[in-house]
Amino acid sequence: MFDDVSIRFQHVTKQYHLDSPVSGGFKNLMLHLPSQVKAIWRRQPFRALVDVSLEVHRGECLGVIGPNGAGKSTTLALIAGVLRPTSGRVETRGRICPLLELGAGFHPELNGRENIVLNGVLLGLTRREVLDRLDEIIAFSELGQFIDAPLRTYSTGMIARLGFSVAVHLNPDILLVDEVLTVGDEAFQQKCLRRMQQFRMRQATMVFVSHDLNTVAQISDRVALIEGGRLVDIGEPSRVIGSYQNRLRAA
Amino acid sequence: MNTALPAVAPPAARILVYYRDLILVLLAKEFKVRYKSTFMGYAWSVMHPLVLAMIFFTIFRVMMRFEIPDYALYLIAGLFAWQWIANTASTANFYFLGNRSLIKKVSFHRAALVLAGVVNESVHFAVSIPVILGFMLYYGKTPRLDWLWVVPALMLVQLTMTFGMGLVIATSNLFFRDLERLVTLVTHLLFYVSPIVYAADKLPPEYNWILYANPFASFVLCWQGVFYGTSVPMVYFGVALTWALGWLALGVLVYSRNVWRFAEIV
Repeated sequence: MFDDVSIRFQHVTKQYHLDSPVSGGFKNLMLHLPSQVKAIWRRQPFRALVDVSLEVHRGECLGVIGPNGAGKSTTLALIAGVLRPTSGRVETRGRICPLLELGAGFHPELNGRENIVLNGVLLGLTRREVLDRLDEIIAFSELGQFIDAPLRTYSTGMIARLGFSVAVHLNPDILLVDEVLTVGDEAFQQKCLRRMQQFRMRQATMVFVSHDLNTVAQISDRVALIEGGRLVDIGEPSRVIGSYQNRLRAA
Repeated sequence: MNTALPAVAPPAARILVYYRDLILVLLAKEFKVRYKSTFMGYAWSVMHPLVLAMIFFTIFRVMMRFEIPDYALYLIAGLFAWQWIANTASTANFYFLGNRSLIKKVSFHRAALVLAGVVNESVHFAVSIPVILGFMLYYGKTPRLDWLWVVPALMLVQLTMTFGMGLVIATSNLFFRDLERLVTLVTHLLFYVSPIVYAADKLPPEYNWILYANPFASFVLCWQGVFYGTSVPMVYFGVALTWALGWLALGVLVYSRNVWRFAEIV
């Protein structure tokens, strides 16, 4: 793997089996045993990604766009290493930090500080490393005295702020952002965007999934368009976004 | 396949520290959550077996005149150990299912959730030992020197068993969502085929195999040996150890075969 490549997909295909026959529960399985067993053979695999090859370089920000269900989140999950490709290869270099959806990895009964430590360790840091960054994280989150209150007393925006603050202070080599900036007020969103710019200066790689095409254009170096599991286009942001918008209008 | 190369290879020491921290942080979470919202926390965790003991004492001693000496202590000795197993079996259903969003996004070692959960249950048992001790003193029995090695050894064996069982239940419940009810039912059944409210020697000899076949009975018998009897029955200690290793092997197998599908299925 070349030194400046941080993420590489080689002919990556990911299939899911829609609805596992046993997920209907044990009772269902037992009551309809013959038909359920047949269903195991008959079920159709769903191809969430088909033969995707791409490379993201170190320090690059790749925007990923496409309609709902196109395979954007699957792409992120493959990079994060929570999914394994059905065929092909996914290579990544460095510590990966996904920006979690609202409140994931937080516990409502714990206070802000305790949640920062919990989240930081789940995301791959040791306790010491999180504690060293604790003050910085708290300052960035602008939560003030709420930091000592249980998370259940927080507003949605405050939880989002805490989550973002943790993620961006873990200094990951690869930051995965999945449509989370839409929460939080305008000022905080701007602060997050500035922080992401700093990321790139530090040679950190970022993959940014969003439906907000303006933001994607603003922060991406390149944009990948995924439709129906296929990588349709990848390249210069304004060109790819432009062609996506044209197709949307045509449709 | 996924290949993750670290930017700078972390030293082995950091990896060890990391896993220690992961377990500690998850454990701390469980503890704070359990004891924070209710100042009665500790009392609640010993209340359940105590109330059960009271019920069985009333039924079998007061009403049915069971002739087991120091019957209350006998009940307590078995019930606390049982509660540890039963609590693990029921909470294990949610070790993975209750952490969906994490499993979907972050690739940390998922077995840590199970380990933290079962260690948590073992600590609850450990902190309830003083209550059992209180009953012992009331019946004029005192701690013995062999506790120094027997108690830690038994706890370790039972922890191993619950870890294996936790892996099996937590993993299976992702695939069979109503496993929870089955687990409740089976636990209930096994309770009554374990010598907890009755004495093992009251079992007709032709049913003695139950004490070996029941995956939990040997543990109960060992703990009764510690707190009620005079020594740990070595035969049952061997049986318990065998069950523990069996559960561990099954747990590791079930878990490692399916861990890659967790994010797809939760």
